[in-house]
Amino acid sequence: MLKLTGIGKRFGGLTALQGISFEIVPGSITGIIGPNGAGKTTLFNIATGIYPPSEGAVLLDGKDISNWPPEKRAYLGLVRTFQNIELFGKMTVLENVMVGLHTQSKSGIFACALRMPWQMSEERRIREEARKWLEFVGIPELENVEAGTLSFGKGRLLEIARAMALKPKLLLMDEPAAGLNSSETADLADLIKRIRDLRVTVGLVEHDMDLVMDICDSLVVLNLGTMLATGTPREIQDNPAVVTAYLGEAE
Amino acid sequence: MKSDKLKFLLFAVVVLAIPLFIPKGYLTNVLIFVGINSMLALGLNLLLGYAGQISLGQAAFFGLGAYGSGVLNTQYVINPWLAMALVAVGVAAFAFAIGFPVLRLKGHYLAMATLGVGVIAYISFNETVDLTGGPSGLSGIENLSIGSFVFDSDIKNYYLVWSFALVSILLAMNMVNSRFGRGLRAIHDSEVAARVMGVNARLMKVQVFALSAFISAIAGSLYCHVMTFISPTSFSFPVSIELLTMVVIGGLGSVFGSVLGALLLTLLPEMLRAFQDMDIIVYGLLLISMTIYLPGGLVRGIPALFRKIVPARGSHA
Repeated sequence: MLKLTGIGKRFGGLTALQGISFEIVPGSITGIIGPNGAGKTTLFNIATGIYPPSEGAVLLDGKDISNWPPEKRAYLGLVRTFQNIELFGKMTVLENVMVGLHTQSKSGIFACALRMPWQMSEERRIREEARKWLEFVGIPELENVEAGTLSFGKGRLLEIARAMALKPKLLLMDEPAAGLNSSETADLADLIKRIRDLRVTVGLVEHDMDLVMDICDSLVVLNLGTMLATGTPREIQDNPAVVTAYLGEAE
Repeated sequence: MKSDKLKFLLFAVVVLAIPLFIPKGYLTNVLIFVGINSMLALGLNLLLGYAGQISLGQAAFFGLGAYGSGVLNTQYVINPWLAMALVAVGVAAFAFAIGFPVLRLKGHYLAMATLGVGVIAYISFNETVDLTGGPSGLSGIENLSIGSFVFDSDIKNYYLVWSFALVSILLAMNMVNSRFGRGLRAIHDSEVAARVMGVNARLMKVQVFALSAFISAIAGSLYCHVMTFISPTSFSFPVSIELLTMVVIGGLGSVFGSVLGALLLTLLPEMLRAFQDMDIIVYGLLLISMTIYLPGGLVRGIPALFRKIVPARGSHA
């Protein structure tokens, strides 16, 4: 699905990432973990085209998309959520999800202004579709609420609904459990499994180790911008290098 | 969406009925300019209030529309309606072309660049004397006409201008509540998230910039045919600022807010005539207090104020 080969990223003199190569296998949930400052979010930004890599390539289904802007990647079914929740705060919850259906609709400026008949039916279609995704994440009753007024947990669910509306092949989630309480995190784990069951491949940056060990099929460990290890959750737990990176050297 | 349609119908009825209830002459004349300013404010509001992109050069598009129609009408033989359409398309194409480099900028830099566009246009109107008549203006522009029906009185021009304004308002309302409008508002709230959702932010910003130029150019053409005389001062930098004030005072991101802002800022200077030389001070104080106490603009502030003064009955039940 997503293949990264030799990814490096420098910001001025600072090397944020170096020599990152791994593949997210179709149908899997792949966790990307590592201590703070390991470069996880930078890696996501490169994968989704927020900025290009300094070196290496990003391949989606074998296609080199290293220098594609995010809006073009969205049409290939690559979408993400954000660590700090990036909702469209002044729009309603339903409208947020409808933006997620942007790639599956095509009315332009003229069709919209003139209310062409086919534009109206497209509008109805995406409204119904958007409602379906609000049901999926369990917040259908909030459709007319302004997104900016949502609680953190509900906002996160909305962000997932919006991303799912895009019918992604690959969904990258940046710390979805951050700021959630334990019952919300349990619901999230269940939701991510349901997303995988819809044959959506999931990439997950996460600090919550219980969540990661519970749902991930494979893990990639980053430390200080380099790859430390890859493997199944069990292998990673037993890897001495990983333990050292997280807990420090035994004296 | 249904309530939007109702609101529009109600508004259209009020607009069409007003001339029946007011004395002919001065006030009708002022309301013609409210119509023109509504279109200009609406154009800017689509750009600033919805897409979140500032322009301090709107007067340039207004002026290009006015001079385009004015020059074609006085120096060439061409149907003025056709001229209006050609000029509007031309101005929109111009905005589309400059939009790509200009709208790459953000915030203060975008403000500066659009200000530059406005200043250049203003200087051009002054300096191309052979074409525009320069600082002394361009006169002898004909009124618009349909067959033998000439729009030569205030009341006729009122209906002319407001027909265009109403159509603009209706199309704008359609647009903001649709895929394109949602894209614009998404760009405003979080450009990065909008792009991740597949919204081509760069193209859409340029498109709405061209649309706002289009509406402004139509307003300019109407203005020149209503006035029959134009001069560069009507398209100078203070005009762009006044439009910005209308949008902010009326309500950013509200179609009717644009109209409300245009109404207030067109009527206010007329009403403040009583203060004579002090009018500019009163004007300034009003604007300052409105931005402090009604930060969402009149369109949101008035209902809020109303609720505060008259608490809804049954709300304590």
